[in-house]
Amino acid sequence: MLSIRNLRVSIKGKEILKGINLEINAGEVHAIMGPNGTGKSTLAYVIAGREGYDIEEGEIIFKGRNILALSAEERACEGLFLGFQYPVEIPGVSITNFLRTAINEQRKYKGLDPVPATEFLARMEEKKQLLELQEKLASRSVNEGFSGGEKKKNEIFQMAMLEPSLAILDETDSGLDIDALRIVATGVNKLRRPDNATVVITHYQRLLEYIVPDVVHVLFDGRIVKTGGKELALQLEEKGYEWIRNEA
Amino acid sequence: MEAGTIPTLYNLKEYLAGVFVAKQHEITKNDTPFIAEKRAKAYTLFSQAGFPHAALERWRSTDLSRALNHEYQALPEPPSAELDIDKIFKCDVPHFETLLVSKLNGWYADRKNLIQVFPNGMIIGSLSVAFSRYPELVNAHYGKYADDNAESLTALNTAMSQDGIFIYVPDNVTVEQNIQMVNITDFKKNLFLNTRNLVILGENSHLRLVQCDDSINHDVTFINTVTEVKIGRNSTLDHYKLQNKDDHTTLINSMYFHQDEGSHLSTNAISLNGGLIRNLSHVTLSGSHSSADVYGLYLMDRYQHIDNQVYINHAAPECESRELFKGVLDDHASGVFNGHIKVHRDAQKTNAFQTNKNILLTDKASIDTKPFLEIYADDVKCSHGATIGQLDTEALFYIRSRGISEANAKILLMYAFAADVINKISITELRLRMDDMVKKRLRGELSQCEQCVLNCSTQEHQRVEFNIDLSKI
Repeated sequence: MLSIRNLRVSIKGKEILKGINLEINAGEVHAIMGPNGTGKSTLAYVIAGREGYDIEEGEIIFKGRNILALSAEERACEGLFLGFQYPVEIPGVSITNFLRTAINEQRKYKGLDPVPATEFLARMEEKKQLLELQEKLASRSVNEGFSGGEKKKNEIFQMAMLEPSLAILDETDSGLDIDALRIVATGVNKLRRPDNATVVITHYQRLLEYIVPDVVHVLFDGRIVKTGGKELALQLEEKGYEWIRNEA
Repeated sequence: MEAGTIPTLYNLKEYLAGVFVAKQHEITKNDTPFIAEKRAKAYTLFSQAGFPHAALERWRSTDLSRALNHEYQALPEPPSAELDIDKIFKCDVPHFETLLVSKLNGWYADRKNLIQVFPNGMIIGSLSVAFSRYPELVNAHYGKYADDNAESLTALNTAMSQDGIFIYVPDNVTVEQNIQMVNITDFKKNLFLNTRNLVILGENSHLRLVQCDDSINHDVTFINTVTEVKIGRNSTLDHYKLQNKDDHTTLINSMYFHQDEGSHLSTNAISLNGGLIRNLSHVTLSGSHSSADVYGLYLMDRYQHIDNQVYINHAAPECESRELFKGVLDDHASGVFNGHIKVHRDAQKTNAFQTNKNILLTDKASIDTKPFLEIYADDVKCSHGATIGQLDTEALFYIRSRGISEANAKILLMYAFAADVINKISITELRLRMDDMVKKRLRGELSQCEQCVLNCSTQEHQRVEFNIDLSKI
């Protein structure tokens, strides 16, 4: 599904990602762990198509196509989704309208007609229950006045509505209490299918007790220094990032 | 050349002076001695001051010279008695129940019913007829709130306006219908129009008033409208100004509100298009416990210019004023916001709040925003804030990462920015309609003659598709 080959990225002359290689197949859940400031969020942003980064070398192949030349919206329409660490507030635009616009633009990209209103509302209902969202949440403005937990739930709700092939969840667990964490994780697990994949970026092992990864990568100083199974996350928890630092 | 004078090919002031003398009989035809005296005084004031120019502080950033540099014709004839206004103008706001009161080229349009008295005592009609029919009402309020000394264009209006709309709501009357005042211009030549309205609310009365400006001709038009509004004790006025004019139009819209004790005013100016628009909202809170909400939204592009002048005169204690103006300026558009709050020495416990927020979409667009607080009382709460910014890049990326195109993401953010002024509109149908028009405006699809059945030739070209419909939620 996603192949990243020797990706080197810098911002204003400073190299952040120093040759990333990553292979993700359909049906898999990957976790990317690592201490702060090692390039985890940069990697997520670069995959999602945020502007302002210099791609020095390498390629990102998504479903067989190099997506580096595509805009953020084209990548989304191709099936990429980024769950933001800090979701942005958009006062005056309800979640319902926001999602309907997004879904219809994605459908337009694929040459499909807009989603019929009844179908859209039915899907909303279904996904709202999945994430135990309050009835009123969908008519509220996007993220405006939301608590940290509500914002993160809303990210997963959007993911559920947009049904991406590959979702990258950037620090979705940060700022969540244990109940919200359980709900978010349950949502992600229920959305798992043989034809989609998820990348969970996290600082702590805690989230991985709920979303069990197939592969764990450790990102350190712009490189993936270790890749292993779910036991790698436990090792990290036990030994701390110092262990990686010493090994690297 | 003298400092501050405007070089023009046509000397408009001289032309108007000539008209004033030559057409004296025609101009004063319906005058009572009271009106005639006001007119003469105002003419002297205008002759001395001339047109406003950049050397005047309040006109520093609004340059009228281009608008004045045309050969205009003033004093249009009144429409014929056979005029059927419904054939010229039809409001297309769905389910918008209004009592339509129209003016054509400044004249009260319903020539067969120049004065209408309603069962509840409300009077609506031609101002020039009201001069002699209701002298006690007219003489108590006409020219009392409009400031001919401070604004030479207001003086010009007092000197030369011939007609307009007169509305009187007696004490203890709640007007159920929305009243929609439509100012239509239809003239085969360049028109210089002075038109005047007088609105009087008695005590404990309630009125919703929607003022629309529409043009049918596409010739150069200069409209100088003055509206005086008296809001009696414990009365409320909910007022809207909708401006969607073509780029050849100069619109000077001066509103003078005078509020008595316990009264409440809400006024909202929504400017979607117009070559040059200057809105003056002059509010005097003359009785204690009165309050005024003054809102505005402007979305300008090309070489359009918008100027919002707000003067809140806190003359009595324990009053409150809240100002919120927001604008988006694109291309070479320019804007001015001037918010003057004056708190008199005995206007203790005044609350006055002012906010002006702007988004500039290009580096050629400009805004000159200036709060001006003049406070003589010591127990007051006043605040002001002005911001000028661009669209938030983080928010743009967030929206685009959901698959929404950059163009639509920008529209969505601008719409979100405008929404809190639109949401202040308390008439639901009007709010939905404005919401729709703002969206169309942001998409670049709004034609200037959106509301008018005659001008349906403008092609609505779908530049981008944007699917947001608050009414469906």
